Amino acid sequence: MDILVCVKRVPDTSENEIELNSAGTDIERGDLVYSVNEWDNYAVEEALQLAEKTDGNVTVVTVGNADDEEILRREMAMGAKRSALVSDEACKTSDRAGIASLLTAFVQKNPHDLILTGVQAEDGAAEVGGMMAAMLDYPFASLVSAIEVVDGNKLMVSREIEGGNKEVNEMELPCVLSIQTGINEPRYVGMRGIRQVASVEIPTYDASQLGIDKARVGQSGSKVQRVNYFVPAPSKGAEILGGSRQEIVDKMIELMKAKGGLQ
Amino acid sequence: MVTTVPLPAAEWYGVGQILFIALHVVGLAFLSYIFYKRITPLLCAEKDPRFDRVLVRLGRVFQYWLAQWKHPRYRVAGTLHILIFGGFITLAVRSFDLVTFGLSDEVGFSGEIGHWYDMVTDWSASIVLLCMIVAAVRRIVFKPARYAVPERYGKAHTADAIFLLGLIAVLMLCDIVFAASNAAAHAQAGGVVEALATWSLPWALYKGMIALPMPVLLNTRLSICIVHELTFYFLLCYRPFGIQFHVITSLFNVYFAKLDRGTVKPVRWGVTDLDAVPYFGVKKFEDFTWKHMLDFYSCADCGRCSDNCPANAAGRPLSPRFLTIKARDYAFQHYPVFSQGAGTGAPLIGGIYSEDEVWSCTTCGACEEECPLMIEYIDKIVDLRRGMVDDGNVPRSLQKALNALESRGNPYGKMEKKKAEWTLEKEFRQSCKVKILDGKERASTLYFVDSITSYDDRIQAIGRATARVLDELGESFGILGAAEKDSGHEVRRFGEEMLFLQLRDQNVQAIRNSGAQRIVTSDPHAFNALRNDYRDVPPVEHVSQLLAREARSGSIKFNPVADGQAVFTYHDPCYLGRHNQVYDDPRFVLDAIPGLKRVEMERCRDRSFCCGGGGLMLFYEPKEEQRMGVRRVQMAADAGANVIVTACPFCMVNMEDGIKVAGLEGKMSVIDLTELVDRQIVRRIRTDKNAPTVEASTV
Repeated sequence: MDILVCVKRVPDTSENEIELNSAGTDIERGDLVYSVNEWDNYAVEEALQLAEKTDGNVTVVTVGNADDEEILRREMAMGAKRSALVSDEACKTSDRAGIASLLTAFVQKNPHDLILTGVQAEDGAAEVGGMMAAMLDYPFASLVSAIEVVDGNKLMVSREIEGGNKEVNEMELPCVLSIQTGINEPRYVGMRGIRQVASVEIPTYDASQLGIDKARVGQSGSKVQRVNYFVPAPSKGAEILGGSRQEIVDKMIELMKAKGGLQ
Repeated sequence: MVTTVPLPAAEWYGVGQILFIALHVVGLAFLSYIFYKRITPLLCAEKDPRFDRVLVRLGRVFQYWLAQWKHPRYRVAGTLHILIFGGFITLAVRSFDLVTFGLSDEVGFSGEIGHWYDMVTDWSASIVLLCMIVAAVRRIVFKPARYAVPERYGKAHTADAIFLLGLIAVLMLCDIVFAASNAAAHAQAGGVVEALATWSLPWALYKGMIALPMPVLLNTRLSICIVHELTFYFLLCYRPFGIQFHVITSLFNVYFAKLDRGTVKPVRWGVTDLDAVPYFGVKKFEDFTWKHMLDFYSCADCGRCSDNCPANAAGRPLSPRFLTIKARDYAFQHYPVFSQGAGTGAPLIGGIYSEDEVWSCTTCGACEEECPLMIEYIDKIVDLRRGMVDDGNVPRSLQKALNALESRGNPYGKMEKKKAEWTLEKEFRQSCKVKILDGKERASTLYFVDSITSYDDRIQAIGRATARVLDELGESFGILGAAEKDSGHEVRRFGEEMLFLQLRDQNVQAIRNSGAQRIVTSDPHAFNALRNDYRDVPPVEHVSQLLAREARSGSIKFNPVADGQAVFTYHDPCYLGRHNQVYDDPRFVLDAIPGLKRVEMERCRDRSFCCGGGGLMLFYEPKEEQRMGVRRVQMAADAGANVIVTACPFCMVNMEDGIKVAGLEGKMSVIDLTELVDRQIVRRIRTDKNAPTVEASTV
């Protein structure tokens, strides 16, 4: 099974102190460190495990620029055989539909049996996977928490339902799945692995190579425009209990009983 | 010296010699074959250059093998072992005598030496026989806890132990009966009778045998020779199948033992280009070095390592003893003596070892310190971890910290530019300005702070105390600030060698740029890394060494301890004590404080009990019954102390947590040595008008 995983490079929320820039249009990016979007790591791990079982290959793709090669290499160190970078100056400020169009065009050029994305990106909106499926006219399942290969071209896909329930769906390949964290334990990518793929050539595709109409991507092609970016003011409602530890515990138990949290 | 009586049945010797020669040939052939089979896996093992520093190694053999240096650490078992070992050494010649008796009379010492040698061996045999009885009684009746085999590791080893004790007892009995019957035969034949050592067992038996008829004596003597010969070869050939193997391998194991404390073996010996290594670490049995395999063979199953292992005590799934025993069982099973076999290349993790077992080790070194046979554990654990890291098999909680170390240079993922923020606390800044040695500012001493002291709210206080004390002592010092990365001490010991090398190279560069001529640190893990893992950096000291020097020269004066109720105890951090042998300096500083009452915990100095581990160990979520820190805090309480002094930021974290968990808040407290010095030091009154007069009131 040939599997494509769409990945994204995001500012690492646990290792940065995110601040807004002075214009209020974006976050301050000068001192940020980036990593692979957490959900995408699970998607790649799942792809690697599936490929191992079905004797297949894993390719990772991202839309971005040369800086984003770093995460493609990391995923290759993890075990992905191939990677590709979709990069075009004209696509820089595409909205989510624009990104999905680029990825769709990539898939049409390079067909795969299964396409995985993370459920969402840490700085994203959980839209690209679904849009790609629609554009490709492939079946789609989101919030996937387990995948089982039934026979050559069928999958049993478990999805998380709010409230802790699960549903199982039968789907035919090719399809698009958005992968939830916790589906597996992503392997560690050590420095050694990264060094070994440090000089691997990563093929780059621009919009014209993918046959994309530039009017559909970039700022001009965006149907959604970001108009503001801000940190919400802290609202009231949080109460900080004071006193000795015993007093705090007593008060907390009292409050929890009053609100019905404790019987 | 065995002087034979002319035998009445001399003609027997014609047949007898053939019989004895046959026995020797068969025995030696078996022995050679068994050794050849046992050496086989060592030949396909990894390289391990241990052929240097011959004199040092011989010194080690003298101290730890011949003089049994570590044995008295366990009084009863140790004394028994020294007696048995001493007996074996003295009986070696006699034993050779007996096995060659059937061939020739001309072996052994003669004359005056022979006389004394016989006296000594009479006693040796008696003592060893008694020791066998005592040892068997210990095993069967008293059952010391450390010999027990937990269910998950299989059946008890008692039967094997008793069987071996029995075999040795038979040899000793042979010796005794031979000496007695030989002397009795000589006496009856009217020959020169070698005096037997008075009150020894041969002497007592001789008294009983003297009246027996000559043929009985001679036949006894001959039968004993045959029994001795058979038992001797059987035992020799049986040894390589179990715990008795150490009798043969211990000499080599001690000779080839690791000499450099505090270090970790390289990924592959003799390989400089790590990118060319196909994979890192130990994944299958054959990835161990030959010396590590020899370690497996040499384990005597005495259980001292696990008895001292804090992870074992806390109920973590790790017992160093079984780390070795399981590998030995694997070797015996896959490289069998009597059938064909070779390693299967099966992975060790998930096979004989579990992931949690390997991550459970804090690398405190208690097992290695205790092992009388100098078996190594830390290098093996690190090698196994390297293999797991290479396979991407790392717990999530550790992955986060490792990723942060890669991107930010510290396990917390904090910003580099905030590395020196601990120096900016308002009150501290007024009294002490800390230079940042970025090339523009210069100082002779570099204070290497490391991650936890830079970023942890509680531990920053240790950093400030260290800086204030250095300042008070008039040191010209500074820090690296944002250029300082984590020392990487645990990164290396958790198996992420390439990341460690990156951190080390960045630090070495920054240290060289600083122009400092020496390094001081308050973190024993950083101390060990800089001292034993780094190369080409200025000399490094732990702050306790500097403080002790100043206290010895009298340049520090201390105010008396104000709290009359305070009883202090010093907890030895593993990487200051065991790994770097700094035991006395912190104690000297403590004892220099007037009125300070200090007690020792039962487990102190080289038997110190690890607090729970430092560095990345703080990020690992172990499976355990009890925290090590809780146990340690209780040990301090048992010693009658109410203040624990330590000299390591991680000990501070673990023991403050331990106090809370043990419910000892208000009854027990922890203070870092530098914090205590900072509190008790008699401060100079500063004349500098710009600086405020510092705390003259506390004088």
